[in-house]
Amino acid sequence: MKPAQFEYYDPTTLPEALGLLARLGDGVKVLAGGQSLVPMMNFRLVRPSHLVDLNRVGELCYLRVENGELRIGAMTRQRELERSASVAEQWPLLREAAGYIAHVQIRNRGTVGGSLAHAYPSAELPVAMTVLEAEFVLRSEQGERTLRAEEFFITHMTTALELNEILVEVRVPPLPSRTGWAFQEVSRRYGDFALVGVAALVTLDEEGVIRQARVAFTGPRPVRSAKAEGISVGQRPKEELFREVAGVATEGLDQDTDIHASAEYRREVAGVLAQRVLEQAAGRAVRRGHS
Amino acid sequence: MNKRQVCMTINGREYRGEVEPRKLLVDFIREDLGLTGTHVGCEHGVCGACTLLWDGEPVRSCIVFAVQANGARLETVEGMAPNDRDLHPIQEAFWEEHGLQCGFCTPGFLLTVKALLRERPHPSEREIREWISGNLCRCTGYQNIVSAVQLAAEKLAAAK
Repeated sequence: MKPAQFEYYDPTTLPEALGLLARLGDGVKVLAGGQSLVPMMNFRLVRPSHLVDLNRVGELCYLRVENGELRIGAMTRQRELERSASVAEQWPLLREAAGYIAHVQIRNRGTVGGSLAHAYPSAELPVAMTVLEAEFVLRSEQGERTLRAEEFFITHMTTALELNEILVEVRVPPLPSRTGWAFQEVSRRYGDFALVGVAALVTLDEEGVIRQARVAFTGPRPVRSAKAEGISVGQRPKEELFREVAGVATEGLDQDTDIHASAEYRREVAGVLAQRVLEQAAGRAVRRGHS
Repeated sequence: MNKRQVCMTINGREYRGEVEPRKLLVDFIREDLGLTGTHVGCEHGVCGACTLLWDGEPVRSCIVFAVQANGARLETVEGMAPNDRDLHPIQEAFWEEHGLQCGFCTPGFLLTVKALLRERPHPSEREIREWISGNLCRCTGYQNIVSAVQLAAEKLAAAK
């Protein structure tokens, strides 16, 4: 249970890192927090011949608000996201979702960019970023491109990242006032991988009528349901409404069957959680409106 | 595979070595430095036996390469007791509350708890259980570990 040999590079700047990726071709893996990659290397499930470690590229670690938009450098530790006062105040969904990631030791090393680039099906940050309509900034030696969440996540552990590209930043747009949030997941033990996780954002107008109710689910890739979300617009938050939304959103929802749970079970639980997070988000929207 | 020089500060003392990049931090400190207090349990980041403090934060040393810790400031269990005769208050608490049996998981717990009590000097039982959830114990059933943390919190508060 020790990794196979590899050539190791620890660049200190982004151009240096990108140059390495351009030069080394395939057989290269990028090392961020290592909380998923190194266990796989210890098992020898993955045997990169070259490892490009981003942990000394200081310019990728930042958390700032620019023009109301949250900009997260890809190497920002998950624990920092969890502890940030501006995130807690303006994008509390991210703090709630981050708190569900594994255990504190993992979050001390694991990074925001790493979790998103790894795109593990039950991960919290991909589904949270999807419901937040975040944008993903990809950079290579050739240039830069920006993708929406639905363009970035393709399927299990597969994103739009090309071999020579690094995810450098995630941009989270500001949320309308009077927007409530909620994140819930079900796992066998505290800190285990989620069997299913659901995130919701509900925006109310001054009369308490729903302007928008977004809900996103973990799965092979994080997904929303335009049809389900359309039902809520113009309605008042009510248990029956959210039950209907949850039902429409989870009908035919793509879920995996594995040793932990069947797709059927996951779909069922997804429906229950969807109703709960929509209700919780609506309640929080009301309270935010009163501040 | 080229070897690299590494230098890190552990428990306030500087240590040097030469390692292959693939050498895990836990193996480096145990085999090359003789600091065997940190244990190897699962080698894939789930059990917490390898927990040490990196700049005061608990991390799993079985899923970090030694070369990554070049220049780092680490604390291991060997650095907890102030001298050969006395124990750290957290160690005393574990002893008094019988928070260990075989002791294999204990170093990992002690360092996690040290970080917990620094951040939350008066944790609730729920917060304690959440914080230690990343450390597995096969012997105790955790009840006495939780009591030990509560006693440790009192001891540390009294010492201030």
